[in-house]
Amino acid sequence: MATARLKDLHKEACRVVIVGAGPAGTRCAEALVAAGIRPILLDENRRDGGQIYRRQPEGFSRDYATLYGSEADKARALHQTFDRLRGQIDYRPDTLVWGLTPGQLCCVSQGSHSTVEYDALILCTGATDRIMPIEGWQLAGIYSLGGAQIALKAQAVSIGRRVVFLGSGPLLYLVASQYLKAGAKIAAVLDTSPLRRRIAALPNLLARPGVLFAGIKLLAQLQRAKVPVHFGVEPQRILGDASSGVCGVHVRTAAGDDLQVECDALALGYHLRPETQLADLAGCRMRFHQVSQQWLLDTDEQGRTSVKGVYASGDSTRIRGADAAEHAGRLTAMALLQDMRQPVSSEALALHRRALAVMEQFSQGLYQAFPWPAAQAGALPDEAIVCRCEMISAGELRAAVSEKGASEVNRAKAFSRVGMGRCQGRYCSQAGAEVIAAAAGVDVELVGRQRGQAPVKPLSMLTEELKPGEEVAL
Amino acid sequence: MGAASAFFLRQHGRSVVLLERDVIGQYASGVNFGNVRRQGRFLGQLELANHSFALWKRLPQLIDDDLEFITSGHMRVCYREDEIAELEAYAATPEARELDLRIYSGRELHTRFPFLGPEVKGGSYAPHDGHANPRLAAPAFARAARRAGAIVEERCEVTSVEKVGGQFRVTTSNGREYRAEQVLITAGAWGEKLSAQFGEPVPLITKGPQMSVTEPVPYVLKTVIGVYTKMPEEELYFRQIPRGNIIIGGCSHTKPDMLNRRAHFDPRSLLKQLQQMRRLVPDMTNLNIIRTWSGIESYLPDSLPIMGPSGKVEGLYYAFGFSGHGFQLGPGVGDVMAELMSTGGTNTSIAPFGIGRFADYTEQQRRAS
Ligand SMILES: Cc1cc2nc3c(=O)[nH]c(=O)nc-3n(C[C@H](O)[C@H](O)[C@H](O)COP(=O)(O)OP(=O)(O)OC[C@H]3O[C@@H](n4cnc5c(N)ncnc54)[C@H](O)[C@@H]3O)c2cc1C
Repeated sequence: MATARLKDLHKEACRVVIVGAGPAGTRCAEALVAAGIRPILLDENRRDGGQIYRRQPEGFSRDYATLYGSEADKARALHQTFDRLRGQIDYRPDTLVWGLTPGQLCCVSQGSHSTVEYDALILCTGATDRIMPIEGWQLAGIYSLGGAQIALKAQAVSIGRRVVFLGSGPLLYLVASQYLKAGAKIAAVLDTSPLRRRIAALPNLLARPGVLFAGIKLLAQLQRAKVPVHFGVEPQRILGDASSGVCGVHVRTAAGDDLQVECDALALGYHLRPETQLADLAGCRMRFHQVSQQWLLDTDEQGRTSVKGVYASGDSTRIRGADAAEHAGRLTAMALLQDMRQPVSSEALALHRRALAVMEQFSQGLYQAFPWPAAQAGALPDEAIVCRCEMISAGELRAAVSEKGASEVNRAKAFSRVGMGRCQGRYCSQAGAEVIAAAAGVDVELVGRQRGQAPVKPLSMLTEELKPGEEVAL
Repeated sequence: MGAASAFFLRQHGRSVVLLERDVIGQYASGVNFGNVRRQGRFLGQLELANHSFALWKRLPQLIDDDLEFITSGHMRVCYREDEIAELEAYAATPEARELDLRIYSGRELHTRFPFLGPEVKGGSYAPHDGHANPRLAAPAFARAARRAGAIVEERCEVTSVEKVGGQFRVTTSNGREYRAEQVLITAGAWGEKLSAQFGEPVPLITKGPQMSVTEPVPYVLKTVIGVYTKMPEEELYFRQIPRGNIIIGGCSHTKPDMLNRRAHFDPRSLLKQLQQMRRLVPDMTNLNIIRTWSGIESYLPDSLPIMGPSGKVEGLYYAFGFSGHGFQLGPGVGDVMAELMSTGGTNTSIAPFGIGRFADYTEQQRRAS
């Protein structure tokens, strides 16, 4: 395997490929360049910045403060670093890595396919929304929180005129307040987590008082704008019909009352899940993370996976946010340098480790404050859709468990098709696992996790192999 | 094969234990292309395939389950004129009579199958062949066997099979022991490991065929299409399921990782498939591929299975190494093996599949060791 040769390689000859140009990937590239390595940096987006510091398309000209609010300085710093690096790295935007074999990545860019060889691979692939279905979530007008945010950031459009935000986690409040600022009408913010969870989480959340305070400020802003904010709700169903889409949502309040809120769009999400398919395809070991109740990549604190020469960093390993991703990116670069027997600064190493430990504690607090509503899966009515791509209901999935004896995720997928569609389970498999676990009466850890399969995202059949010498014009 | 055999053995009133190391139908049987195709097989296997076909048609009643079997028709196409003659010769054999094969070429071919690309020169159409859902089949047989009284143990690996006195002793890795008068080895790509324990090694090799599937689109391509060619890179087959997805296979293989029991899909083989697909059905290619996979398939040098009694040990039977056509054969093999083990004989010809055909190999291996 290509990776076993790492330590014998000169740093000039070592092909280091970073996937993902967000905070983790950018800081990782920066640290490698400083050590004299010229990495290849691949990203499926047309511009750098990742999800959080996503840059606007060319020609759009809103300023940093409008776009990134309180995070404007960090966004600017990261973009400036990136712009400075461009001549020293081999940056290939608009390039989706859709599959891999040991030592080689399969990429597609503008309909053309090419392979990229690597001696070391650093996955900074970030995260996507973590979703728990609710009856009616297949109707038009339902978006994930992340999707709602991208619409606003990249295109300056709102998902609707009267928007409900439903779910839990810091992103719920962040996106709602960004919508507020952009002038959208927010019908309600409906949080499934009760307020007392936040109080219990305070000791951990105080690890980052500034961030905690910023979060409280977001909530205060919403309340000042008279946006109804409800804690501890139990989602019942989304109202609407197939032809005209969503028209409202029905929840039960913490006091046990029925509450209906009218809306023409709804953003849904429960924090994030790491994007791990490429690591999975590379054969990296995963482990069940009790705190967040999901499978994560099994890495050491610097981002070494169980596969030699494959590293992972930032949210793709665990959800700790953008600031942590910058530290993690640097630490992972140092891990690679160490593995290549290159010198690294022990002070820098200690500094980033300490910073990450603080962020880890804060992230534990977030999981405490905004728990994943596992019980909601068991309570989903049989008619509710679990897998939106294949339109498979909770009842059909439960039948795979009770009638066909599937108590493992991949089995249940084979029998029911949950997770078999376009998204390949990236949005439904965690909730699907909860439905299976509840139906089988076992812990969700025991039902396993859905194995990754290429392509990581749908791949056009018109994709043609790039002939040697041909280049994609970007 | 194991699940179907267990089911049919119960029909003969035999007491049955089915042991599976992982979960039923996880390997070849659960991940294959799903072709229930008879045309193009070795002529000496058509009788068995026909027998199996008759069972496929009756399966919903037999096992009380729906395996999504459709007799959609199967079209075997070729890119060269001289291959048409070969398709014709096959269709004309007495063994193939029951298949009602019809050869198309030229204008008629492209009128009847307008989606085929201009490079396609001819084809052999089998109106009764079809396809089914492999993910459902073996587990459904196992459930039916269990309902009929068989004991089915999953996650239970057989580590050794010995004959002590008149009885077999089967030991498993979780420390169980079973005794039986007869043993049937249906361990697929691992069959040789067990037959070798009885001094009957065979030159079995494993392959990981490459499969991919598109997003769903309206259901229009009812016929399964496969390419008849001597060039491995041209070998391609596809089918659409009523749900809309188009399943594509062929063009290359990977070497399965037998240690971790995973056959990997090599992403580069998808490009080969897409290239051949553009040639075969040029207008169909503006779709997205959403998933790829592989499975562990086993081959003997003559591409025929091992099926029948052991040449060395009384009471021992084999049904493994079914290469690329075991899915269609499954029900028939189960029925024939059950008949053979329960009555001592069978009306269906399985003579070409005896393990004895590798007696020379056994001898070589014995000398080498
Ligand atoms: C990708 C692919 C596409 C294919 N397409 C088609 C097609 O379209 N049409 C068609 O007719 N055929 C097709 N085939 C072939 C067909 O799938 C096989 O011929 C058939 O499924 C073989 O069945 P089997 O029961 O012999 O083997 P398997 O399904 O592999 O079953 C053998 C079982 O034995 C178990 N086992 C092995 N050793 C032990 C042990 N020591 N203890 C306990 N358990 C053990 C294994 O875990 C396994 O589950 C395809 C195969 C593949 C892989």
